[in-house]
Amino acid sequence: MTTIYQELLLAHYQNPKNFGRIIHPGKTITVANPLCGDVITMDVIVADGKVKEIKFSGHGCVISRASGSLLTEYAKNKSQKELLKLDRAFIIKLLGIELGVNRIKCAMLPLEALQKLLI
Amino acid sequence: MTDIRKIKRDFPVFIHNPGLVYLDSAATSLKPQSVIDKLAEYYTKYPANIHRGIYRISEKATEEYEKSRIAVMEFVNARRFEEIIFTRNTTESINLIAYSLGRQIVGADDEIVTTVMEHHSNFVPWQVLADEAGAVFKVVDINGDGCLDVNTSNLAGIITKRTKILALAYVSNVLGTVNPVKKIIRAAKKINPKIITVVDAAQAVPHMPVDVRDLGCDFLAFSGHKMLGPTGIGVLYGRYDLLNSMFPFNFGGGMIKEVTIEKTEFPPPPARFEAGTPAIAEAIGLGEAIKYLQTTGMDKIAAYEKKLTAYAIKHLIESFGADIRVLGPKTADNRVGVLTFAFKNYHPHDIAHILGEENICIRAGHHCAMPVHNRFGLAASARMSLYLYNDYYDIDKLIDGLKKVKKILK
Ligand SMILES: Cc1ncc(COP(=O)(O)O)c(C=O)c1O
Repeated sequence: MTTIYQELLLAHYQNPKNFGRIIHPGKTITVANPLCGDVITMDVIVADGKVKEIKFSGHGCVISRASGSLLTEYAKNKSQKELLKLDRAFIIKLLGIELGVNRIKCAMLPLEALQKLLI
Repeated sequence: MTDIRKIKRDFPVFIHNPGLVYLDSAATSLKPQSVIDKLAEYYTKYPANIHRGIYRISEKATEEYEKSRIAVMEFVNARRFEEIIFTRNTTESINLIAYSLGRQIVGADDEIVTTVMEHHSNFVPWQVLADEAGAVFKVVDINGDGCLDVNTSNLAGIITKRTKILALAYVSNVLGTVNPVKKIIRAAKKINPKIITVVDAAQAVPHMPVDVRDLGCDFLAFSGHKMLGPTGIGVLYGRYDLLNSMFPFNFGGGMIKEVTIEKTEFPPPPARFEAGTPAIAEAIGLGEAIKYLQTTGMDKIAAYEKKLTAYAIKHLIESFGADIRVLGPKTADNRVGVLTFAFKNYHPHDIAHILGEENICIRAGHHCAMPVHNRFGLAASARMSLYLYNDYYDIDKLIDGLKKVKKILK
């Protein structure tokens, strides 16, 4: 059986990249998944239409935290336009796992935060 | 209790899912073959509508449907069969009271009292009603052990002559606490004899003998699907004089006495509250589920589950010590086999997911009871819940699964 709890995701869960706050962020947002109690706060600094700095914090499950870690890494120096196009299929590919209907919401939470920040 | 291995054999889900460890009966229970067969019996032998046809298979369907009502009446010791209303589930039963009675009797500055441990279905209807009526919505707190913060001495500070409705759970679906409902009702009625008492027995009726006359409640609600019965069928018990004074909740076929262009006259309960074609097969199936429970014996089921619960608490604490925090009573007394816990700082979804990969079913989330989670400062929790088809082996598997969770998440 393939497990979602594989080394790569667990590593991102235990030591997430870009975890914390930006002291003087350009923009900040908090999104939540009330059903499971996940909360993510994301800070960004955008310059010349590109993400210059990005951090996230909050509490969540392995999936939402690993997704936040991988997504923020990916987003650095990418254009706003490009990032607004990202979708569910991208996140699944980024995480490299299959997710059931119930867990896909956890994986999508960081992208929801990012796209709300960039609109 | 009858041999537990024999009981497992009555539930075909275990044949189709070898090795299944089902610990989510508080959400919904598994179904014995006899209940499944009863549904098929209706659909194959007398699949007619009730109360209308004057041909044989309709009469047979009506007879089976009404036999189920009698079975429910006897099961909860109601005085007469007219006191048993078939609904879709507990939620609908409670909403029925809120609409048909609550809206008649609750006015501005009146009070509705409920508790912080309620399932949303016994919380939100009353909160909304209080809001609409301009009434005061009072929520009784619990102590650190998950027991209601009421006793006969402080109840007077909560219930007053203006309290129109007291709505409380018999058993909490998060904490497992069995509330002293009988005592509370008696004390409340002493303060205000006109108070209407509503008991959410969704987690009680499946697991222990329940006697509405002994409790002295005015209403009691529960769901078929949590007590080995089909989905889509629930029960509202109501005192006959109250039901008979209430206005219908739904209007349409099956609940009229006479319709003219000028007006409609409604029949007495229970028909008044069963508009439209009901869940016939499901009601009949519920009767069969009750038969199964009675044959096994509610006292025996309660005693067996208590032993399992004690075993589960003991082994959770022994295996994980301070890493695990069980909400609710810490002994098997005054509680049922619903064990909600926080495990280190692990997210409940991760716990449930890793256990799920081991074929162990538990629930993660707020279990439709956000107020009580806020009360304990948790956004969500993990919950295991037992029923008569569980055994010690299931709990051992859960403990092994939790050890694996700890190994993976560190
Ligand atoms: C205590 C309690 N009340 C009410 C309900 C609602 O039951 P249903 O969803 O069948 O209406 C549940 C179950 O989910 C429950 O555990």
